[in-house]
Amino acid sequence: MKNIKYLLLRRTTQIGLMFLYFAANAYGWNILSGTFGTSYIFGVIPLADPYTTVQVLATGFVLGADVLLGAAIITLFYFVIGGRAFCAWVCPINMVTDLANWLRRRFNLDKEEVNYRFLRRSARYWIMAVGIIVSALIGVAAFEAVSPITIMQRGIVFGFGMGASVVLAIFLFDLFGVKNGWCGYVCPLGAAYSIIGSQSLVRVKHDHEACTNCMDCKVVCPENHVLHMVNKESVSVTDGECTNCGRCVDVCNDNALEFGIRLFTKERKTESKDEALVK
Amino acid sequence: MATSVQSVGLAALGGMLWSGYTDSVKASPLVLRPPGALKEEDFLAACIKCGLCAEACVNRDTNVDKETGKQRAGTLQMAKGGDPLLIGTPFFIPTEVPCYMCEDIPCVPVCPSGALDMPSLLNEKEELDINKASMGLAVVHKESCIAFWGIQCDACYRACPLLDVAITLEYQKNDRTGKHAYLLPVVQDDACTGCGLCEQACVTEEPAIFVLPNDVAKGKAGDHYVKGWDTKDQERVKDAKGQETTTDLSKKDAGDYLNMEVEY
Repeated sequence: MKNIKYLLLRRTTQIGLMFLYFAANAYGWNILSGTFGTSYIFGVIPLADPYTTVQVLATGFVLGADVLLGAAIITLFYFVIGGRAFCAWVCPINMVTDLANWLRRRFNLDKEEVNYRFLRRSARYWIMAVGIIVSALIGVAAFEAVSPITIMQRGIVFGFGMGASVVLAIFLFDLFGVKNGWCGYVCPLGAAYSIIGSQSLVRVKHDHEACTNCMDCKVVCPENHVLHMVNKESVSVTDGECTNCGRCVDVCNDNALEFGIRLFTKERKTESKDEALVK
Repeated sequence: MATSVQSVGLAALGGMLWSGYTDSVKASPLVLRPPGALKEEDFLAACIKCGLCAEACVNRDTNVDKETGKQRAGTLQMAKGGDPLLIGTPFFIPTEVPCYMCEDIPCVPVCPSGALDMPSLLNEKEELDINKASMGLAVVHKESCIAFWGIQCDACYRACPLLDVAITLEYQKNDRTGKHAYLLPVVQDDACTGCGLCEQACVTEEPAIFVLPNDVAKGKAGDHYVKGWDTKDQERVKDAKGQETTTDLSKKDAGDYLNMEVEY
């Protein structure tokens, strides 16, 4: 049971949130209404997607105060606490890409991976910037016109229609195309949350002393370059691209990875102490 | 250096394809938006696609089937993949579910972005007034409207929430029989809100009265036409000054122009 603790917690959160969104439309519940664009908690506290908000502002339209306040609340939450947790704990596409990723491991598709010259992990930041420019040029929030994330969420709340094919396309891309292709290379919303959450407090901590170098964490991690310190030094995973999904914590049998709070001042000291021990 | 040039180049390529696609999905003039919606182009920029209007519409207290006690389908739908308009934006199709013109207009005050403009629906007393909505304009196709054939039908007239105001009946003599009257439905442009109840009520196989978006349904005479008999319209030109223009006289003979051959 230990090695699926955070996975279960995440699926519960994701499905629970989606159900609350669904129930707001289907049963008139008031707990969480709207969609990621703008939602309300109990009809009072606004929440808004920061990247969507920036796109709409880029078109030149002056948004209502509730959207701006909502975007500020979301930005502050992930900036201070969550990091890029939206991607792993809220986004419904995560369930699709995780399934594709699991199937890749099951059927050994990873071993056949081609070196994708034109697709780097930095592509998503370019796409994020281009999305804002296109929004300004065309006068329509550009990523929202194609976003599989909100297509899937609205599909759950209002019905899919042909939108299901977009979700299926992401699944096939991640399964037969690039490993973690959508979330790790393309998605501009994930890129935005990587930037917003890069200084957040909740961080995975690595204990180099306990690590036996089995590399299970790196196999399961969707952004495994963030785990560069594994079996090297005892520091926190501070890269903003870490989604705080906790899969590495789940699969680690040596208790070498655990969630913790980032310590801005003490981290360097512990590091040097460890280095001294190694020497 | 070479890689950054490559990145910029690829970003430009992607940006152009993306712009082209986004621009094409914008072009959806045949769509009816919720009450108070901004002009289509501004609406497309402003709508944050949250769906709060559609949720308020379907969950309003009045949306309960009186016979079964169950909730009915809402008027507002959120555009899905495959619908011929910008995905995620709210719209309605009168023949499926028309707008019932709720007095409290539940769909508009919930809009957080301002895409549904509440001030545009306030009357002189600063109250929400659904009669100020202009979602579209009903248009009658008289060749398929059986009232124009001389058959007595006033389904649209009766269905209209602004009875005898937005659709009026014009009486005309039926010369074919010589002893009957035509009762012809006439839509009044200034009163019609475009709710679509008439379109849904129409008895013909395909509705002979249907709502079109204002941009599509309406013509425009242009500012240079002034109604001399309308004192209010005359106000527009009260400060107008005469303007003398000199035009060179054409050297051609009038006969040349009249005899000029036109190629088709």
